Amino acid sequence: MNDTLLSAHDLTVRFGGVLAVNRVSFEVKQGEVFTLIGPNGAGKTTVFNLISRIYTPTTGHLEFLGQRLSDLPAHSVAAMGIARTFQNIELFEHATVLQNLLIGRHVHNRSGFWQHMLFTPGVRQAEQATRHKVEEVIDFLDLQHYRDTLVAGLPYGVRKVVELARALCTEPKLLLLDEPSSGLNVEETADMAFWIQDIQKDLGITVLMVEHDMSLVSKVSDRVLAMNQGEVLAMGTPAQVQSDPAVVEAYLGGGFDATALRRQAGAPA
Amino acid sequence: MRFIFKTSYTQDIDLAKHSGHVWAYSALVLLMCAAPWLVEEYWLAQITFVLIYGIVGLGLMVLAGFTGLFSIGHAAFMGVGAYVAAVLSAHGVAFPVVILVAAGLSALVGAVVGLPALRVKGIYLGIATLSFGFIVEEGLARWESVTGGNAGMHVKAMTLWDWKVDSAEKFYAVCLVLAVICTLIVLNILRSPTGRAFVAIRDSEISAQSMGIHLAYHKTLSFMFSAALAGVGGALYAYKMQFISPDQFGILQSVDLLLMIVVGGLGSVHGAFFGSIFLITMPQLITLGKDWLPAAIGQAPGLQGVVYGLVLIAFVMFEPLGLYGRWLKVRTWFELFPFYRKGMFKRQKSFQKSDRLK
Repeated sequence: MNDTLLSAHDLTVRFGGVLAVNRVSFEVKQGEVFTLIGPNGAGKTTVFNLISRIYTPTTGHLEFLGQRLSDLPAHSVAAMGIARTFQNIELFEHATVLQNLLIGRHVHNRSGFWQHMLFTPGVRQAEQATRHKVEEVIDFLDLQHYRDTLVAGLPYGVRKVVELARALCTEPKLLLLDEPSSGLNVEETADMAFWIQDIQKDLGITVLMVEHDMSLVSKVSDRVLAMNQGEVLAMGTPAQVQSDPAVVEAYLGGGFDATALRRQAGAPA
Repeated sequence: MRFIFKTSYTQDIDLAKHSGHVWAYSALVLLMCAAPWLVEEYWLAQITFVLIYGIVGLGLMVLAGFTGLFSIGHAAFMGVGAYVAAVLSAHGVAFPVVILVAAGLSALVGAVVGLPALRVKGIYLGIATLSFGFIVEEGLARWESVTGGNAGMHVKAMTLWDWKVDSAEKFYAVCLVLAVICTLIVLNILRSPTGRAFVAIRDSEISAQSMGIHLAYHKTLSFMFSAALAGVGGALYAYKMQFISPDQFGILQSVDLLLMIVVGGLGSVHGAFFGSIFLITMPQLITLGKDWLPAAIGQAPGLQGVVYGLVLIAFVMFEPLGLYGRWLKVRTWFELFPFYRKGMFKRQKSFQKSDRLK
């Protein structure tokens, strides 16, 4: 049985002279947590932006459930069942948490402008159903307390969760998380790890994430892809990738270790 | 103090959030209906203008306040509506048809102007709409066979088959009904998925797109809807003025419209009407003030422009939410009396938004 959800074939992106992503191929399987790691500027977020169609690959293509993503306009990606969060949080700041989550249900809207103008009974019913779905997500992520607060007044950690909630409201098949733990404290990161596991196990959503916190990565991910300067370094389980010499080199730099440095300086090892 | 105890989702969907709203707005509607018997003819005319500008303001509010697209040429849409009214009323077309055609034609023009909005943002969109305003004004002045050029056009009174809207009271009634309809339509849009999509585009386009919102469709829609309301307002304006010329729909009118919604309070439906009250009453207040001021200031030309400018600067600096924001504070003060605190509406500066992906 073919259980591949998303596959990237030879993705290359060039911004002028900069080769941001160079011949990257990978496959994300149904139901797994797949993580992209790599130093700054490795091209992880660029890969994300390719999937959500903010960028178009120079060469290569992406396939989601057998359909080529590059043929779709950017707004149709959400309707295909791909939802994402952003590294720097892109919430609708001057709206309440509830309104933000309701926007997450936009892809499920079946009524048109004229019906909205008159607010027909059908629209009213759909709105109630929408609200019901949103409340399920609010319960799932414990956001009851913040329902009517403006996003502009929320602390950073809560905003991260609201953004995750908004992505979940679209009922995605694939969830893209761009650095879910950045800017969170230790407890919030631990909560985030639980939620990602719950999303995978209880909701059955496949997760593709970019993350720097290696303890979070090894806790939740099934497979890890390490990148550096737009190229794939290694792929495998978190433990395999962490011990891969190429990955160690990319993070620590140079072909030598600390002992070699000391030896060079003439100090006793 | 009022605590709203929510027991069903419909409470968040309904327009009236609690019984207080029902009472207050019913009282307002009754008062507006009784206005012809309560105020003199001069003031009735002023209230009529408030309603007309309120309708135009609603349109601009949806565009600028809720979708985040600023138009510095909105008077052009009013102009389109006004000339539709002038031309059609000369042929004796019934006024509901005239209003609908004015709305439709303005919406079409709005769709054309909306096209650059898909590509340019912020100040550049401002420039694009500004030049569009000039083009329309110039077009109206040059297309003499239809518009009569700079000599202007007379507008016949509203008719509906045999019924003629020939008195100020009847015209006021028509404006009131249209203003209520337009307000309800705007409120409906704002509480529906379309309205939420507008707000999403205003706050973060990139994220709106990732949520599956079709940016081009919704921006064009917002432009068309906004232009349609301006067209309706323009048609009513033409009927009220009975004489129109291209220079009434120039840059000054556009700036007045923008001033109106900023002073009224960007991003609030109340703001459109507050702003329109401000715009209509301000010249009267300035005239009254002239007698108080020393002659050197009071009789100086351009006093109105200076006062408008100062008021705008003061609002931007001290009350960015406009008259509606001030109204919220006053209302909260009464609701919480005596527990209102000074810092209640103070916004803390937050530096969490790093540069966005463009």
